[in-house]
Amino acid sequence: MASIRPEAQYATLEQQTETAQLGMWAFLATEVLFFGALIFGYYIYRIAYTDQFILAGHDAKLVLGSINTALLLTSSVTMVAAIELIKRNEARRAATALYLTALLGIAFLGVKGYEYLQDYYDHTVPVLDFVLKPHQQPPVELFWLFYFVATGLHALHLTIGIVAVLILAAHTRSGRYSAAYHSPIEVLGLYWSFVDVVWLFLFAAIYPIGRAG
Amino acid sequence: MTAIASEPGSTYLTAESTIASWLLTKDHKRIALLFFASVTAFFFVGGFAAALIRLNLIEPAGTLLGPDLYNRMFTMHGIVMVWFFLIPSIPATLGNFLVPLMIGARDLAFPRLNLASWYVFNISGILALYFIIAGGNDTGWTFYAPYSTLFSNGHVIAAAVAVFVNGFSTIMTALNFVVTIHRLRAPGMTWFRLPLFIWGIYATSVVMLLATPVLAMTLLLIALEHGFGIGIFDPALGGDPLLFQHMFWFYSHPAVYIMILPAMGVASELIPCFARRPVFGYRGMAYAVMAIAIIGFFVWGHHMFTAGISLFSGIVFSFMSFVVAVPSAIKVFNWTATLHRGRISFDAPMLYALSFVGLFTIGGLTGLNLATLPIDIHVTDTYFVIAHFHYIMVGGTVSAFFGGLHYWWPKITGRLYPEMWARAAAILTFLGFNVTFFPQFILGYLGMPRRYYAYPPEFQVWNVLSSAGASILAIAYVMPLVYLGWSLLRGKQASANPWHATGLEWRTSSPPPEHNFPRTPVVTDAPYRYNPEDGSYVTQDGAANG
Amino acid sequence: MAWLPFWPRDASTTAATVDAIAVSEFILIGLVLLLVFGMMFTFVIKYRQGSKADRSHLVRKTWWFEIGWTSATLLAFLVLFAFGARAYLFLYQPPKADLELYVVGKQWMWKVQYPGGQREIDSLHLPLGKTVRVLLGSEDVIHSFYIPAFRVKHDVVPGTYETFWFKPTELGSFRLECSEFCGTGHANMIGTVHVLTPADYTRWLSSQNAGQTLAQQGEALFRRYGCSGCHSARSTIHAPLLEGVYGSYVHLADGRTVFADERYIRDCILLPASQRVAGYPPVMPSFTGQIPEDGLMKLIAYVQSIGAAKETP
Repeated sequence: MASIRPEAQYATLEQQTETAQLGMWAFLATEVLFFGALIFGYYIYRIAYTDQFILAGHDAKLVLGSINTALLLTSSVTMVAAIELIKRNEARRAATALYLTALLGIAFLGVKGYEYLQDYYDHTVPVLDFVLKPHQQPPVELFWLFYFVATGLHALHLTIGIVAVLILAAHTRSGRYSAAYHSPIEVLGLYWSFVDVVWLFLFAAIYPIGRAG
Repeated sequence: MTAIASEPGSTYLTAESTIASWLLTKDHKRIALLFFASVTAFFFVGGFAAALIRLNLIEPAGTLLGPDLYNRMFTMHGIVMVWFFLIPSIPATLGNFLVPLMIGARDLAFPRLNLASWYVFNISGILALYFIIAGGNDTGWTFYAPYSTLFSNGHVIAAAVAVFVNGFSTIMTALNFVVTIHRLRAPGMTWFRLPLFIWGIYATSVVMLLATPVLAMTLLLIALEHGFGIGIFDPALGGDPLLFQHMFWFYSHPAVYIMILPAMGVASELIPCFARRPVFGYRGMAYAVMAIAIIGFFVWGHHMFTAGISLFSGIVFSFMSFVVAVPSAIKVFNWTATLHRGRISFDAPMLYALSFVGLFTIGGLTGLNLATLPIDIHVTDTYFVIAHFHYIMVGGTVSAFFGGLHYWWPKITGRLYPEMWARAAAILTFLGFNVTFFPQFILGYLGMPRRYYAYPPEFQVWNVLSSAGASILAIAYVMPLVYLGWSLLRGKQASANPWHATGLEWRTSSPPPEHNFPRTPVVTDAPYRYNPEDGSYVTQDGAANG
Repeated sequence: MAWLPFWPRDASTTAATVDAIAVSEFILIGLVLLLVFGMMFTFVIKYRQGSKADRSHLVRKTWWFEIGWTSATLLAFLVLFAFGARAYLFLYQPPKADLELYVVGKQWMWKVQYPGGQREIDSLHLPLGKTVRVLLGSEDVIHSFYIPAFRVKHDVVPGTYETFWFKPTELGSFRLECSEFCGTGHANMIGTVHVLTPADYTRWLSSQNAGQTLAQQGEALFRRYGCSGCHSARSTIHAPLLEGVYGSYVHLADGRTVFADERYIRDCILLPASQRVAGYPPVMPSFTGQIPEDGLMKLIAYVQSIGAAKETP
C-alpha cells in the first residue's frame, strides 16, 4: 500500500492525525452549546409548567424511544469495534463493522419515522392538526415543539453521520485505511459517540417524564 | 542571518493566475484576500444604510425615509455591520493572512475548511442581499420576540437564515484558528512567545466557537415560530419573550468581545513597533484578553436591566459587568505605558492605533455608566447606548482594522501606500468620528430613544451635528479605498521588513511565497524585542536588525 | 441640575439620585481621560522619534505597576458598583403607593386607566409629591414605558405584568416615550405626563366622564365572563373564593407557595393549569385570547379591591 504523506502544513502524519482529532473535539464543543441551548430552554419550561409537561409526556412513546436507545448504543459498540479492527489492520472486518453501524443508524431513523407517524395520528404534532386532550392547556404544545425540534435536529445529525459512515465503510473496504493511517475513522467515531450522547440526554429529558414513582 | 530582500521569484500572488486558482485556492493568504473583498463590499452596504439613516435624521419629522423604510434601514445596518463586516473583518482578513505567518506555519490546519468558510460566508451574504432587496426586515438586528415572530411583516425568516448560515462561516474560521494555534506553532514558539495578535485571535476564536451555536439555536427557533406559528416565545402558549432575550444576549454579549478582541490584538502589534520598545506587561496583556473572553460570558443580563429581570439578577449582572471592565482597563494602561521611553513615530498605522486607544477608552468608560444600574435604567435603549457601542466598534475596531490594513499592506501586496494621504485619512477619521458620535451621548441622556425615525424638535441640533460628522467620516473611509487601490498599481515596491518589525511575518518576502517560508523558522526570542535607546531590534527567529 | 447646559429636566425623586450618580461618574471619567490622554500626549511628544529624552532603563519588573493599577481600577469599579447597587435597591423597591395607575401599551399608544375609572390615551395626569405605582401590561409586543425627566423606564412585556413607581417633584409637562422598538409607529408612541398640584389633580379627575370605578368595571366583567359562576359562595363548583386573596400567600397543588400579586391573578385567568391551588380540582378553563389587556386590568382592580391589598414584596 502506498505510504500516506501528510499535507504541506504538517511536519508528520502523527501531527496531522492529532490535529484532526483536536478539530473534531472543537466542533463537538460547538454542538454541545447548540443542543445545550435547546435543552436549556426545554428545562426552563418544564420547571414552569411541570404538571402540563407530565400530561404531555403521557403521549410520548416510551417503548419506541427505548428501542431507539438500544439501537444507537449498539451502533456505538460496532463503531468502536470498527476502530479496533482497523487498528489491527483487519480492513474488511472493519468495513463490515462500519456497515453495521450505518445499518443500526438507519434502523433508528426508521423507528423514529414510525414514531413521528404515530405522533401525527395522536394529534401531538404542533401546527399539523394539533389537539389538546382533556385537562391539557397550551404549554403542552411547548413540550411537543421541543420534542420535534430536538429529535428532528438529532435525526439530521444522525443522517449526516450515517452518510459519512457509509462513505468511510466503502473506502475501508477498498483498502484506503490501515493500522498506519485511519484518522478519518477515529474522527468519525468521535462524532458518532457524540450523536449517541445527545440522544441519551434527549431520551432522559423526554420519555421518562411523569413516569417515575 | 542576513536580511531577506523582496525576491523577484514567485509569490503567493503570482504563483498561479487563473480564476480557478483563486476560487479553489487552499492558500490562506489568497483566502484572506477573498474575504477582504467580501467584507469590504458589505462595509459599504452597511455604510450606505448608515448614510441614509443620518440623512433622515437631519430633520425631526423624518420624512426622507418615513417609519417603515427607516426601520428596515437600521435593521439592515445592524445586521450587515455586525455579521457581515465587524465579526469577520479582522479575523477573516488579517487573521487568515497572518496567523500561519506569525507562528511560523505553512498554512492553517484545515485549508479546505478555510475556503469553505468563505463560500459559506458568501452564501449567507447572498441570503442577506436577498432579504434586503426583497424588501428588508424591520425587527432590528436584535430580532426581539414577539415582534419578530408574530407581528413583523418584514423578511424575518430570510434575515434569520442569512445570519444562521453566516454563523457557520464564523465557527469554521474559529475552529481553524484554535486548532492551528494549538498544533502548528514553529519550533521554539511557546505560548508566551506568541505575538499578542495571535492571543487576540485565539481568545476571539474560543468565544466564537462557544457563543455562536447559541445564536444559531435562537434564530432557528425564531424562524420556526415566525414561519409555522409554533410559539416558543409566544405568551399565549405560555411562552416567555424574556427567554428569547436571555438566549439572544447570551450570544450577543460575547459577540461584542468577538468584535473587539482582534482589534486589541492589532493595537498590541502596532504600538510596540512604532514606539520601538517592548509592550509593557506582555503576560498581563495575554491574560487580559483571555479574561475578557471568559468573563464576557457572564454579563449578558446587563442588556435586560429594564426588561423585567429580578433585582437580584440586576445586581449580579451589574457586578460582573464592572469586573469585565478591569482587564480592558489594564490593556489601556499597558498600551499607554508602552509609549513611555519609546522612540515614537507617527506613521499612519500608529495614528490609527493611538486613535483606537483613545476612542476605545472613551467608549469603554461609558460602559461603566451603563453597568451602573440606576443610570442604565435612564439611558438604556437611548442614543447613549448607540454612542457607547459605536465608540468601541467603530472608533475601536474599525480604526484598528484600518491600522492593521495599512501596517500589513506592504506584506500583503508588496507595495507601499502613500504615507501622507494615509495620515490625512487617519486624522480625518478621528475628527469625523467624534463629531458624529459624541453628540449622541448628549442625545441619549436627554432621552432620545433608539430606532426613532422622527424625534422631538429640541433634539435637532445634536442630530444635525451628528449627521455632519457622518459626512466627514464617509470621506475618511472612502479615501483609503482610493489611495490603497492606487498603490496596487503605482505604489513603491516594499522590502521584506519596511517597518523593521520583529514578527516572523516580516522574515519572509513581501509578498510572501506560496508556502510562506523557504524553511520553517526556529523561534528563539520573545516578540517586540525593540530597543528604544538605539533603535535596534531582534526578530523572533534571532536576527539582529533584520 | 438646571444650571448645567444640555441637561435634561429632572422632575422626580429618582431623577435627583440618578443625576447625582451620573454626574459623579462623568467627572470621574473626565479625570481618567485627562490622566490617560495626558500621559499619552506627554509620552508621544517627549519620546517622539528624534527627541533627546532619556530612554534607558525600561521598566523590567512591570508586575508592580500592573498589580497597582489593576487593584486601583478594581477598587474604583467596586465603589461605583456599590453606589449604583445601593441606589438601585432603594429606587426599585416600591414604597407604599399613594396612587396606582394601570397602563397598557399597545401598537402604538399608551392606554392609561385610573382607579376611579378615568381613561386616557398617550397622557398621564399625576399629583405632585405623591408616590405613583404603575402596573404595566402589553396588548401585543414588548414596549418600554419611559419618562426621561423622571429617569424611569420599564419594559412592557406581553404575557406578564411589570410594576414600577416614581414620585414627581416638579409641576409641568414631561415627555413620555416608548423606548423598545415595536414596529412602524414606535416613534409615534409619544405622550405627555402632566404633573398637577393635588388640588388640580382632583379637579381633573372629577372633570373626566369616569362612570364606574375601575374595580366596579372589573366586577361587571367578573360577572360577564362567568367568573362568579364558580368563584362565589353559592356556586356548586368547588372553586377558591377570591376575597382576601390579593396580597396573601397561596398554596399551590404542586407544593409551591406563591404571593398573590397582579401577575399571579393574571396567570390564574389565562393559564389556570399552571397555578392550580392545593385542594381544588383542575376544572378552570383558560381565558387566553378572550379578554383584552385593559379588561384584564379591570378584573385585577376588582380582585385587588376585595383583597388584602398589600404591596408586592
